[in-house]
Amino acid sequence: MKPISVNVNGFQHEADVEPRTLLVHFLREQIGLTGTNIGCDTSSCGACTVLMNGRSVKACTVLAVQADGQSITTVEGLAENGEWHAVQRAFHEAHGLQCGFCTPGMMMASVSYLKENPSPSEGEVRLALEGNLCRCTGYHNIVKAVLTAAEEMADASAG
Amino acid sequence: MIPAKFDYERPSSLSEAISLLSSGGPDARPIAGGHSLLPLMRLRLSRPTLLVDIGGLSDLRYVREDGDHLAIGALATHDDLARSAELLDRCALIPCVAEQIGDPQVRHRGTIGGSVAHADPASDLPAALMVLDAEIIAHGSNGPRTVLATDFFQGPFMSALEPDEILTEIRVPARDGWGSSYQKFQRRAQDWAIVGVTALIESGDGITGAAIGLTNMGGTPLRATAVEQALVGSSDPDGVAAAAAKVAEIGTPPADENASSEYRLHLAEVLIKRAVAEALS
Repeated sequence: MKPISVNVNGFQHEADVEPRTLLVHFLREQIGLTGTNIGCDTSSCGACTVLMNGRSVKACTVLAVQADGQSITTVEGLAENGEWHAVQRAFHEAHGLQCGFCTPGMMMASVSYLKENPSPSEGEVRLALEGNLCRCTGYHNIVKAVLTAAEEMADASAG
Repeated sequence: MIPAKFDYERPSSLSEAISLLSSGGPDARPIAGGHSLLPLMRLRLSRPTLLVDIGGLSDLRYVREDGDHLAIGALATHDDLARSAELLDRCALIPCVAEQIGDPQVRHRGTIGGSVAHADPASDLPAALMVLDAEIIAHGSNGPRTVLATDFFQGPFMSALEPDEILTEIRVPARDGWGSSYQKFQRRAQDWAIVGVTALIESGDGITGAAIGLTNMGGTPLRATAVEQALVGSSDPDGVAAAAAKVAEIGTPPADENASSEYRLHLAEVLIKRAVAEALS
């Protein structure tokens, strides 16, 4: 077992983990944050996407020991002071989901991407979400949601 | 899917990492971003007994100009490469390839050193290093040594690295003014290339210099030398098409569930034409 100290959603967690524990299992089973889903378990589907130091990663392809000393944000950490994140609101308003399984990963990938490119085109959003699969094939509204969130965030920062 | 058990160490220096690898035996492996190794470990196709995590050796994460070369630290992520102002300015082929690797999440974690050391014939960067005549620097118990990209890739998942060596830097020549393109044929977004073609073209009055790399057309990345020779001096699409047809001279590419050998040759020929056209545009 290895001792690790990971900041998850602003809270510092100290834990002992087996080196082979994947970050997604640590988040779900040791910390109890089950919003991060396990889909394909082969680095393909993106359902397990979380932010590591602010940037999207697939938590099935990171060891928990590699997150030692790092800062992780999961979907549970998006809302602030009880207010949904603009991306959460936009997925709700634009109905950017069908069954909802891919949604946490889609939102985390979108949050990461909109920091890199705050005003993307539709084509750019589609490319930015290439690492996230929606098996309901509900991509149309997902893309609409990300574009809506981008507009809302731009309006908010314009004040 | 959970990997088989292993021990884990996180050294704080390169020399400590090398001594951990030396004492760890043949099944000790370095890991950084883990985007080549962890997928294999989860499928238990790879079962290292010790992982030496060099991900914290941040002085190995850089891209810098060094005279007429660019030096790329092994821990530079694919995303770093795609955004590097130095590379975009002086060796645009590397960002052009890097931005097509995997997906954004993969590019945030995966490193050039890991990808190259893994020597997967379907991987995107190795053919680019072949066309750039890159030098690969590895550090082991006997100090550093330099291996040419053309000697580095020895077969599927086999490289010139010794078990106690760590790839630390990749040096590529600046290619000021050369056009570049990477054409990757895949069935779905983020799939591996069924065939990839890397082109580096210098042009003036017609094509004056050409380097063409092939991905997943053999057990290692390849140079299409007959195509390169035929491209030089050609100046119109017919000349380029005639040159592209010479890709058949590489011999018989592998067949698998994605493509027969004949289909791979067809794809390569088409992709060479597209790559040269893009590199010239």
